[in-house]
Amino acid sequence: MARRTVALAVLLLVVVVAFAASLALGSRWLGLGAVARALVDGGGSDADVIVRSLRLPRTVVAVLIGACLGVAGTLMQGHTRNALAEPGIFGVSSGAALAVVLGLQVGVVESVGSTVWCALIGALVATFGVQRLAARGTGASPVGLALTGAAVAALLGAMTSAIVLLDADTLDGYRFWAVGSVSGRGLDVAVQVLPFAVVGLVLAAINARDLDLLALGDDVAAGLGLSVRRARFVGLVAIGLLTAAGVAACGPIGFLGLLAGHVARRIFGSRNTWLIPAAALTGAAALILADVVGRLLGGAGEVQAGVVLGLVGAPLFVVVVRRRAVAL
Amino acid sequence: MHVENLTLAYGADEPVVTGLTLEVPQGRMTAIVGPNGSGKSTLLRGMSRLLKPQTGRVLLDGKDIHQLPARELARQLGVLPQGPVTPEGITAAELVSRGRHPHRGMFARLTSEDQHAIDEALAAVELADLRDRPVDQLSGGQRQRVWIAMVLAQGTQHLLLDEPTTYLDLAHAVDVMNVVHAAAHASGRTVVTVLHDLTLAAQYADNLVVMGGGQIAAQGRPVEVLSEELLAEVFGLRATVVEVGGAPVVVPDRRVSA
Amino acid sequence: MTAVEQAVKPRTLVLGIAFAAVAVALALVSLSVGTTKLPVVDVVRVLTGGGDGGTRLIVLELRLPRVATGLLVGIAFAVSGALLQTLSRNPLASPDIIGVNSGASAAAVAVIVLAGTGGGNISGLAAKVGIPLAAVVGGLLATLIVGVLSIQRGVVDAGRVVLIGVGVAAAANSLVTWLLVIGDVTDAGRAAAWLAGSLNARTWSDAVPVGLAVLVLLPLALTFNRSLEALVLGDDVASSLGVRVSRARLALLIIATVLAAMATAGAGPIAFVALVAPQIAQRLAKSDRPPLMTTAMLGALFVTAADLVARNGLEVLRVGPYELPVGVVTAACGAPYLLHLIGRQQKGR
Repeated sequence: MARRTVALAVLLLVVVVAFAASLALGSRWLGLGAVARALVDGGGSDADVIVRSLRLPRTVVAVLIGACLGVAGTLMQGHTRNALAEPGIFGVSSGAALAVVLGLQVGVVESVGSTVWCALIGALVATFGVQRLAARGTGASPVGLALTGAAVAALLGAMTSAIVLLDADTLDGYRFWAVGSVSGRGLDVAVQVLPFAVVGLVLAAINARDLDLLALGDDVAAGLGLSVRRARFVGLVAIGLLTAAGVAACGPIGFLGLLAGHVARRIFGSRNTWLIPAAALTGAAALILADVVGRLLGGAGEVQAGVVLGLVGAPLFVVVVRRRAVAL
Repeated sequence: MHVENLTLAYGADEPVVTGLTLEVPQGRMTAIVGPNGSGKSTLLRGMSRLLKPQTGRVLLDGKDIHQLPARELARQLGVLPQGPVTPEGITAAELVSRGRHPHRGMFARLTSEDQHAIDEALAAVELADLRDRPVDQLSGGQRQRVWIAMVLAQGTQHLLLDEPTTYLDLAHAVDVMNVVHAAAHASGRTVVTVLHDLTLAAQYADNLVVMGGGQIAAQGRPVEVLSEELLAEVFGLRATVVEVGGAPVVVPDRRVSA
Repeated sequence: MTAVEQAVKPRTLVLGIAFAAVAVALALVSLSVGTTKLPVVDVVRVLTGGGDGGTRLIVLELRLPRVATGLLVGIAFAVSGALLQTLSRNPLASPDIIGVNSGASAAAVAVIVLAGTGGGNISGLAAKVGIPLAAVVGGLLATLIVGVLSIQRGVVDAGRVVLIGVGVAAAANSLVTWLLVIGDVTDAGRAAAWLAGSLNARTWSDAVPVGLAVLVLLPLALTFNRSLEALVLGDDVASSLGVRVSRARLALLIIATVLAAMATAGAGPIAFVALVAPQIAQRLAKSDRPPLMTTAMLGALFVTAADLVARNGLEVLRVGPYELPVGVVTAACGAPYLLHLIGRQQKGR
């Protein structure tokens, strides 16, 4: 018990340090003093402008979205009882991608701001679709849920590539969105997705204990007075809202859900009441750090956070899962 | 507990249990036995709301279990189905604590009452010393007893168990049956358990229900029910039934081919 | 253990034969349609050694390589998926997800982008390497990394292989997206088309390597069939049945990944075949695991049918003379059918 509390505090500290680093580091390095001055006084110097209008907003977005995607991945792994489950292979991100591509094709999407709504709608429709499809018959079994998600993802992905391949202009817009990044995201983006993120996180918190029961098997959970159907539904809605917020704000950042879920599981064990807050913090820290590393690596050009997560996060992930055999 | 004209089926398939009526004696241990596919596990699922009946109802203290709110029912009726999943790394005490779910508020921590129920359940299955051990490191028999402790911690008057001794050797099966028997006789619970071992069932049960083809073939005290004729008719088994210490023992006839 | 003693179930056998028959029929149709429509009889005549020069050229040199590549790639992906799903006891495990295809893709896209207009000095060298060779090397390299990282104390744990595979896939995929972003838009377009998986303009040099891989590895996989049957029941049961679990698993993993890498080199990472063909075959055969030969035949059928649709679908729909990549069609057709099967199974439970 105490060990977990300490671990959670350490994770929180990592997020705070990463946050500070994100404000200080970039193509121009600022001291912590300059950062603090910029935040408190907010004068008109270059440093103030960089911190307040560029670095602060993208860092806030990274914290929020990192938490969302981390929690979404953990919920998914729990509900499907599948260690591979994460938003990227569950149809939700694919739904958002298709909607963005359609938006680009029709011409309603031009800026980052307008992709938010497209992606949100696409992600929510896809989640709803997966939920409806998976809940046919006697209700969603873990394997049914996992396969349904994968099938929907493939279907939507096929539509996306069909459109992209027939239209070079759409491809040009899409490839920059699809890489996943927090660069250039303003506070308005955070505000737009905030309601979805908050509702999603609250539902996830409510779902945590139910998920602990579902982990004992659906029958045992039902025997303990849980409405399995309702618990699954709440979980899926949470997953949908969180992923939608994430994809809308930053594009389909893959792998973060998987990474955060497994790192948190490694430290905190299988209890979801601990796992979910831990995954939120892990996700937040990972996304901020990926963004910072991308800024430092690319110099003026920047490597997108989505790319860094894959290239740097993946080896870390491998180290984590290598430590022991994982029951699937 | 009273089962009335129960018909159970999976989806649109043929019913597995048809028009079954059963009176479960209060505060006693009832064992359901029967050949594979006779519908004994299905009956247990129907009695515990894991399977919605096509016709009929199950009454618990005069109330239809399908009319009760889920948590309310879970405070009166505990069920241990087959094939529960043991989450990785979970400790015995933590697993047992999940049995307290029906008694807890949405975000409430474990109360001293919860803690007491957990300790008592672990003591009842004689695993108090191993409470902080991960369940996946326990032996098969110990693991099964942890799961039984989980339903005991649920603190219900009625317990339904589906083949709690599967895969256990005789010594461990007896350990488990002692725990189950005590749950009825020492604590006054009504216990219904599906068993596949006839001799074990006859040894422990106050009331034996023999299922065949989705119906009750016979019911009553084991000595009265378990006859050679019944075994031949329901199980297609040629066996001799002998009585040892007041309980029938089934000795299968060796079929030696010439 | 009856499961191990059991011979092939009649249902599985009939399904396999039916799939094979339909695959051959579709292949014949595929050989006969195109800009020049040929009667199926002429196609058969050419295949049996007859026919005039012009027809022979069209069928043997232009169309057959494509059709053969399709059939072989279908078999390779499907068997690869069946093996990986059985080994890891995870229906989501397929070469698409555990790094093989991603490694191949990253290498191929690197060649496309770096050898393209944006490549500068690297372009000459990269172009010489060629996309198929790069894909094979990339796929095998990814597999090697996954394999080496997964072995611990001499034991290959299937669950760990899958998760490490996902990690390696993620790294390779980010490389792909990054290459797409830094590349010129025309190169990005070519890369995207390759990534979708295509059988367009395949020659014998594409078909032969996949063919060899299938010819050698499929029979090899079949010799492990009994081990697979036992592995489904769990490692402990398997070793008690006399299966040398670790060795069998390692061999099967290598077979599965080499098949997928060769197939990806031949036609790009055609989506979903490896995931869906085993699942559909298993469900239709009402089996506890994907039956290997039936899955292989279904894979061949699936890719051939999808290619037929990809080549002619848009024209039939009068959208225009575009040709869709076959991978788009496999996903678009396979996914709804898998959903249908899952739904039916859940209702029946």
